[in-house]
Amino acid sequence: MIEVKDLTRYYGEKRAIHNVTFDVQKGEILGLLGPNAAGKTTTMRILTCAMPPTSGEAKVAGFDIWTEPMEIKKRIGYLPENPPLYSDLRVTEYLDFVGKIKGIPSNKRKSAISDVIEKAGLNEVTHQVVGSLSKGFKQRVGLAQALLNDPEVLILDEPTVGLDPRQIIEIRELIKNLGGDHTVILSTHILPEVEMTCGRVVIINEGEVVAEDTPENLTRRLKGSERTVLEVGGDKNAALAVINGFGDVLNVEVNNSKSPGRYQIRVETRSDIRSDLAKSLIQKGLALYELRAETYSLEDIFLHLTTKEEVA
Amino acid sequence: MSKTLAIFQKEMKHFFYSPIAYIVIAAFTIIAGIFFYLYLSSFVEAAFMDMIRSQQYRMPPQKFNVNLQLIRPYFWNTALISLFVLPLVTMRLYSEEKKSKTVELLYTSPLTVSQIVLGKFFAGVVFYIVMLVPTMFFMGLLFAYGNPELGPVLSGYLGLILLGSAFISGGLFISSLTENQIIAAIGGFGLALVLWIIGWAANYSGPGLASVLNYLSIINHFEDFAQGVIDTKHVFYYLLFSTFGIYLTMKSVESTRWRAS
Repeated sequence: MIEVKDLTRYYGEKRAIHNVTFDVQKGEILGLLGPNAAGKTTTMRILTCAMPPTSGEAKVAGFDIWTEPMEIKKRIGYLPENPPLYSDLRVTEYLDFVGKIKGIPSNKRKSAISDVIEKAGLNEVTHQVVGSLSKGFKQRVGLAQALLNDPEVLILDEPTVGLDPRQIIEIRELIKNLGGDHTVILSTHILPEVEMTCGRVVIINEGEVVAEDTPENLTRRLKGSERTVLEVGGDKNAALAVINGFGDVLNVEVNNSKSPGRYQIRVETRSDIRSDLAKSLIQKGLALYELRAETYSLEDIFLHLTTKEEVA
Repeated sequence: MSKTLAIFQKEMKHFFYSPIAYIVIAAFTIIAGIFFYLYLSSFVEAAFMDMIRSQQYRMPPQKFNVNLQLIRPYFWNTALISLFVLPLVTMRLYSEEKKSKTVELLYTSPLTVSQIVLGKFFAGVVFYIVMLVPTMFFMGLLFAYGNPELGPVLSGYLGLILLGSAFISGGLFISSLTENQIIAAIGGFGLALVLWIIGWAANYSGPGLASVLNYLSIINHFEDFAQGVIDTKHVFYYLLFSTFGIYLTMKSVESTRWRAS
């Protein structure tokens, strides 16, 4: 449904994306994951034909972005990072305008509008002025706008940003239900979001694709090691001896703690050694102030992926 | 066509949903009204003085021509006021969408650049025509209490609309260059000033340059319309000006899409 090949885009001297390549099958939900300024929005704007790439090729819904942008625009729905709303129009007026410029014939426009109002849960605000809506409702109006022409391909740029937890769950549920009929690309920097909604993930960093896999495989690759953070009081060397006594320690990092006489130790191991570690430390008469498993943040994933690739 | 109309309707809504439209219309009507009042009172005074004089010296009263002495200078002033009020109309036409990022919606919808630009241009022109409607009341007064010729009034309005369209195309172009409405307005005032001064400068330059400057001056082409003459030469000038402004706007929109930030 979407084929992206060697897309490169420069803003003046600055490189935004470089040789981005991936495919999306029909009915699939693909997550574009990356930190801010990684090139997610640039990639999406190129696919929506809002701007052309510096070089490279892409096909959306079977049409080329260079030669048939009009055909692509007829078949996509796009929700940019800031929903493109006219704050002085009412919700129905806004959707009516979007319907007109997307070329939905007047006899079908009304039912299309009531459909998306239903889908996006906008019933209670249809007669309100868009500018007076809360952030969550604005986001939903933006989503309704993207769904209006029943697009084959949906491109959503950070669709859950700025929503409260309940709304996030609703929107994710909505997106999940859209898969199958629609092909969806969504960008995010929230890892659980990808795990929950996407069938496949493309990770972008500094404009390049670092990894492409299913969320399960990616987390499995990351779960290859466990990280434990300890705060220990007493003899530093005794503590390190205990830690190194465990067979599968990959990496140990020691820092002075804020409190005098204590040390913060970060241990990377293959398996979870927390309970044994606590037992042995206490048996040696060391004071244990803190012991917790460190969760992976997005930065860790990038570090992990990039260093791993270099080693391999 | 229907998509151009959709853009046009949306722009008209923006105009009339915001207070700026009403302020602009009110300001324009008041300034035009003050000029009308001044011309009218001096005209009436002159006619009255002449009547007294003719009675004193037992001479037949002079003929006073409303068209020549009132309507013509009044139209000329209205044209000038229009030049300096229209930047307030054109400033938000494009800048607003750039600022609020709604251009993204337009660029990712199946719309051509010309549909977007023409929709906005015609919205500006129609808004200007709405602005002129209250001034027709002044003309109505003249017709109610006197008997001016209708022709020059109609040609005057035609001239105003053509001049307005030409200026709106230029203002739209400036608005498409920036996402800041204030800058767009200041640019529009600058354009108005340049177009006005050019004709002025013509008076002080050599014969060769003068004819070029006179031709370029947006306001000089209006003079014939105010006198009741519709010369195709001037109609052509305004249409050419509008086309050129629209063309520049389209190019500017296309080029920002290529550069895109």
